Amino acid sequence: MSGNHPGLSNNFSRSGEKFSWSKDNLRSIKNIISKYPKGREQSAVMPLLYLAQEQNNNWISIECIETIAETLNMPKIRVTEVASFYSMYNTRPVGENLVQICRTSPCWLRGSNKITKTICKETKCEINDTSDDNKFTVVEVECLGACSNGPMIQINNDFFEDLDEESTKKIIDNIKEGKPNIIGSQKGRRSSENAQ
Amino acid sequence: MSDDLINIKVNQKEIQVDKNLTVMQACEIAGEEIPRFCYHDKLSIAGNCRMCLVEIEKAPKLVSSCTMPLMEGMSIITNSEKVNAGRKGVMEFLLINHPLDCPICDQGGECDLQDQAMYYGFDKSRYKENKRAVDNKNMGPLVNTIMTRCIHCTRCVRFATEVAGVPELGMLGRGENAEITTYLEQSITSELSGNVIDLCPVGALTSKPYQFKARPWELKRTDSIDIFDSVGSNIRVDSRAEEILRVTPRTNEYINEEWISDKVRFNYDGYYQQRIDTPYIKENQKLSISNWEESLKVLKDKLKTLKPLALIGEHVDLETGYAIKKFMSNYGKNNVECRTDNHAILESLDSYRFNTPLNDIENSDLIILVGTNPKIETPIINHKIFKAYNNDAKVFNIGENISLNYKTEYLGESLSNLNNENLIKALKKSTNPLIVIGSAFLNKIQNIKTLKSIFSYAYKYKVITKEKNNLNFLNPYASRVGQLIIGNTTSNLCEPFSNLKKDNFELVLSFGSEHIANEQFNNCFKVYFGHHGDDGAMGSDIVLPTPLYTEKNGTFVNIEGRPQEAKKCHNPIGSAKEEWSILKKLSDELSFDFIPNTFDQLRSELFDEYPILSDYHEIIAVENSTSITPDIEFEDCKADYPVSNFYMSDVISKNSVTMAKCVDEIISTPSLLEKSA
Repeated sequence: MSGNHPGLSNNFSRSGEKFSWSKDNLRSIKNIISKYPKGREQSAVMPLLYLAQEQNNNWISIECIETIAETLNMPKIRVTEVASFYSMYNTRPVGENLVQICRTSPCWLRGSNKITKTICKETKCEINDTSDDNKFTVVEVECLGACSNGPMIQINNDFFEDLDEESTKKIIDNIKEGKPNIIGSQKGRRSSENAQ
Repeated sequence: MSDDLINIKVNQKEIQVDKNLTVMQACEIAGEEIPRFCYHDKLSIAGNCRMCLVEIEKAPKLVSSCTMPLMEGMSIITNSEKVNAGRKGVMEFLLINHPLDCPICDQGGECDLQDQAMYYGFDKSRYKENKRAVDNKNMGPLVNTIMTRCIHCTRCVRFATEVAGVPELGMLGRGENAEITTYLEQSITSELSGNVIDLCPVGALTSKPYQFKARPWELKRTDSIDIFDSVGSNIRVDSRAEEILRVTPRTNEYINEEWISDKVRFNYDGYYQQRIDTPYIKENQKLSISNWEESLKVLKDKLKTLKPLALIGEHVDLETGYAIKKFMSNYGKNNVECRTDNHAILESLDSYRFNTPLNDIENSDLIILVGTNPKIETPIINHKIFKAYNNDAKVFNIGENISLNYKTEYLGESLSNLNNENLIKALKKSTNPLIVIGSAFLNKIQNIKTLKSIFSYAYKYKVITKEKNNLNFLNPYASRVGQLIIGNTTSNLCEPFSNLKKDNFELVLSFGSEHIANEQFNNCFKVYFGHHGDDGAMGSDIVLPTPLYTEKNGTFVNIEGRPQEAKKCHNPIGSAKEEWSILKKLSDELSFDFIPNTFDQLRSELFDEYPILSDYHEIIAVENSTSITPDIEFEDCKADYPVSNFYMSDVISKNSVTMAKCVDEIISTPSLLEKSA
């Protein structure tokens, strides 16, 4: 099952399109590389993978790997190793919104199962699947580190916490309609202050 | 007590060891065997198999001995109940996902995991869940993969990166999903790739050609040497009955360490293809089967009237060369030649051998490659240069702009680029420079002055000093240095072979030299002594079968001038006869003076005449040559590399199916990257 998780598969594929850095990213790369000592530029592989993923519709293609290897002057297999090791680098195309549902014990005790069910129903896709309209990819993940605000999900770069079935449905609906969402707690508390 | 030594205790036994060693190395010095999978003394330390656990007094937990540095007063325990229990635990985890397929595994009988499971394994598994299965990966035509067996020691990954210099292998994923693979499952492009088979402690990487052929205990082991390049790597030939089933390396720290090239490891199927198994005589422009009696009678009659020239091929051993020399001396001088490629030499040994001992190459800080492609000519020497490169040596290249697995600075295509400003600057700064002059130029040099200029140049820039001689001459042929030592050449003064007046000769005897097919011998009567039917045999008037290096004993001198013995592992194929015995028979009938009656007599006669050759495994010592010229002048010649295809450089490899597959899958198939471009 974990093999189907876009971040946990060892099989990379080609997008079929040439990947070259955008102008903005070239500037950021210069900045990132300058943070590492001379001769250790290869350490920048992780931030570069993030940049590539951002630029390449949220996934790492073989073209991305080859471009990164060339940029950092390191063997392609070394970039592949890093990209396959970490689950946050997607090795296959995902929908516009990557929905990661935390299923580790604290969230699970607070009802993450229900959230999963709701999300699957609302987005019309199974776990590890992408919806037909390519809007959503739903995956279950282990702890994302917001246990006191469980159950929680992460959509692309944003956390949504203190969820119940209703607020989850609202979030998905808003995304479908292109409306903005409140990021963070859905119960209105600041970070993880005491619940009322 | 020197500063570098410290006192430690291993199992209560006090010893003094170098403080820079690890706990595992110290235990080995103390005579304790430590089980291990990931640790290998030629590779970097990974510390991921955890099999080498030992107890260290006052340490709360067991430690992995391969990664642990020593400390003064350390007390190491390797045989306690706790250590044993720890190793058993590690072994149980390793066996969780390892399949129980030893009966169908090629590694069976010589498997590290199998052996160590005998000591540390349980007799039954406590693991009730499903074992994991991993898809097999393509690694090319030589390495067979059964990745479910892999225990992730990463020896192969470290070998490819650190020794072979081709960072193409890697471990993808993590934890249960970890998999060893090549980048996009492409073939490994290294000439040393076969060594991962020996390194793999389990049966995950095995030999593709040897798959399901034999069990190790059925094989007869013969120690021999590699004659497919001039390095003389030490090999072990495993045969069953009259067939060689595999070739593996023998450790020799002075020459090949633990590695051999893919050519000698895998081309053995070519030993039995296209073999000349019986004498042939040309009748009506066609070679037809003959017998020894008839063919030798014809040859004898020709030898009575015609003036012969003998050509010596690349796989001819010293005893044969000596017998040829002895036989040909009955026809006068200057009629034996091993330099059929116009190899330019001076009289002294140091003008045609690799003067730096091979295991010293890595200590050089500046290497100049002149007309040589060590990657495909001599992969072992290339590995040594790669080691020097990793020690921050700078590598320059003159000749063609070849691609190697390390960065070189290209200076230009002619010899005169030795005077390049950057190079001179670097030479002046360097403390231990090294020059390698390859056949690409040596075979083109016409003027003796050029060779002398090279020596003068080497003296000028301290490549040769009183203590050392780092001016090296590299040719890819196993027979060359030895044959030149015993003087099997028509001229000792750099005269190219092509200048020899061929009209003086009416009969050519070729001992495995394909040069006989050259059109300059069209008017001669041609006799080919050899084992493989190729161009040389096809064009000859008489073809006589002789044994391969694995079918007779023979001495070879490697490129650094180190005599070694290749030993017989089975009888010759067909009616092949050793060259010296054919020459003996001819001599008897022509009433020539040819004393040795047995091979041993021949060998002792050779050693009597050339005592330096009898000291096996020692480099022949010579004085540094003084042939220099006051003004340094290089002639303008174009580099012509002797080996263009690593997998098919000689008659034997050309006939190997495995080598043909390598050409197909490694050289001819454009990589996926090129395809997409």
